[in-house]
Amino acid sequence: MNRLTLDLWVGCFVAIGLASLLFLALKVGNLSTASTGATYRLEAKFDNIGSLKVRAPVKTAGVVVGRVAEIGFDAANYVAVVTMKMDGRYKFPRDTFANINTSGLLGEQYVDFEVGGDTEQLQDGDVIKKTQSAVVIEKLISQFLFSKASEDSSKK
Amino acid sequence: MRERIVGLLRRLGASVVDRVWRLGFAARFFGLILLYSGPSLRRFFLTVREIYFTGVLSLVIILVSGIFVGMVLGLQGYDTLQRYGSSEALGVLVALSLVRELGPVVAALLFASRAGSAITAEIGLMKATEQLSAMEMMAVNPIARVVAPRFWAGVISMPILAALFSAMGVFGGYLVGVKLIGVDPGAFWSQMQASVDVTEDILNGVIKSVVFGIIISWIAVFEGYDAEPTAEGVSGATTRTVVTSSLAVLASDFILTALMFRGG
Repeated sequence: MNRLTLDLWVGCFVAIGLASLLFLALKVGNLSTASTGATYRLEAKFDNIGSLKVRAPVKTAGVVVGRVAEIGFDAANYVAVVTMKMDGRYKFPRDTFANINTSGLLGEQYVDFEVGGDTEQLQDGDVIKKTQSAVVIEKLISQFLFSKASEDSSKK
Repeated sequence: MRERIVGLLRRLGASVVDRVWRLGFAARFFGLILLYSGPSLRRFFLTVREIYFTGVLSLVIILVSGIFVGMVLGLQGYDTLQRYGSSEALGVLVALSLVRELGPVVAALLFASRAGSAITAEIGLMKATEQLSAMEMMAVNPIARVVAPRFWAGVISMPILAALFSAMGVFGGYLVGVKLIGVDPGAFWSQMQASVDVTEDILNGVIKSVVFGIIISWIAVFEGYDAEPTAEGVSGATTRTVVTSSLAVLASDFILTALMFRGG
C-alpha cells in the first residue's frame, strides 16, 4: 500500500479516536458543566455529616453554587470540618445557614445554604457558624417511636 | 528414588532460573527499545505503517464488540435498576462501567489477541527466516528498524481503541436503553453527565489504556524477538503473548483500580 493511503487511514483513525475522547469528555463527562472560573473556599463545622461525600454539590435554591472539596475531623471539638469550593460569582451573607439535606428519600446528600440577611459577605477562608447536621433516619424513627409510646402511655 | 527427587528439584530450579533469566532479559529489552526509539521515531513513517496494521485494522472488531457490550449492559442494567425504580440511572451505570473498566480492559484483551499475536508472529517469523540476522549483517539495528516502531504503534493505538470502545459502548447502551426500552433520554444523559467526572473517571480510563498498551506491546515484541526460530517456537510464542498479556492486563488493572478508586 502506498504511503499516502496509509497516512490517510492512520489520520482518520487518530481523528475518530480524538473525536470519541471529545464525545466522552463533553457528552458523557461533566466537562461542559464544570466550573472553570474563580473559586473561593468556605468552611463549616457539623456535628454529624451523615454520608456526605467529597464532590457533593453545595446548593442554594436548588442551584449548584459549589462543591465539597474536603472533609476533615476536628479532634479538639469532635466535629466534622467540611471545606467547600464555591463558585466565585456568588457571594453569601455572613449569617448564612448551612444544612445537610438529602435529595429524595434515598438520594445523595448535599449541603444546602439558607441565605441570611447580613449586609457583610462571607470571604475566602471564612467559617460558617450556623450549621445543621444531617438527618439520621434511624434517629428519626426512634424519636417517632418514643413519642408514639409516650403518647400511648399518657392516654391510659 | 533419590535420583528422581534430585532430578525433580533440578528441573524445578532450572525452570525458576529460566523464568528469572527471561524476566531480566525482558527488562533489558524494554530498556533497549526505549534507547533505540529516538532513531525510529525520527523516521515516523515506520510507526505510522505499524499503526495502520495494529490500530486501523483492529477498528472493526473494537467497534462491533463495543456496541454489543454497551447493548448488553443496557439490557442487564435496566433489568436490575427497574426493580429499585431507578431506571433513569441506566446512563450512569453504562457510562461508568465502560469508561472506568470495560472500555480499557476489554479493548486491551481484544487488542492483545488481534494485534499482539500478529506482532509476535511477524517478528518471530522474521527471526526464523533470519531476516533479523540479515539486517544486523547490513548494520541495520533490528530493534530500531523492526521492534521499536511496532512497540510505539501499539502504545499509540491502544488508548484510541479504548476510547472508541467506550464511546461505542455508551452509544449501544443509549440505543437499547432509550430507543428500545424507552428510558427518558434527558434523564439518561443528564444523570450520566452529573456523575461521570472528566479527571476522575475518563482520564483514569485513558491512563489505564496507555499502561495496557505499553504492557501488551512490550510482551508482544519481546515474545517475538525471543521466540525459538522454528515453526513450533513461533506458534508457542504467539500463544504465550496472548496468555501472558491478558493475565498481565487483568492483574495490572486490579493494581491501577486499587490506586485510582480507593473509595471515598
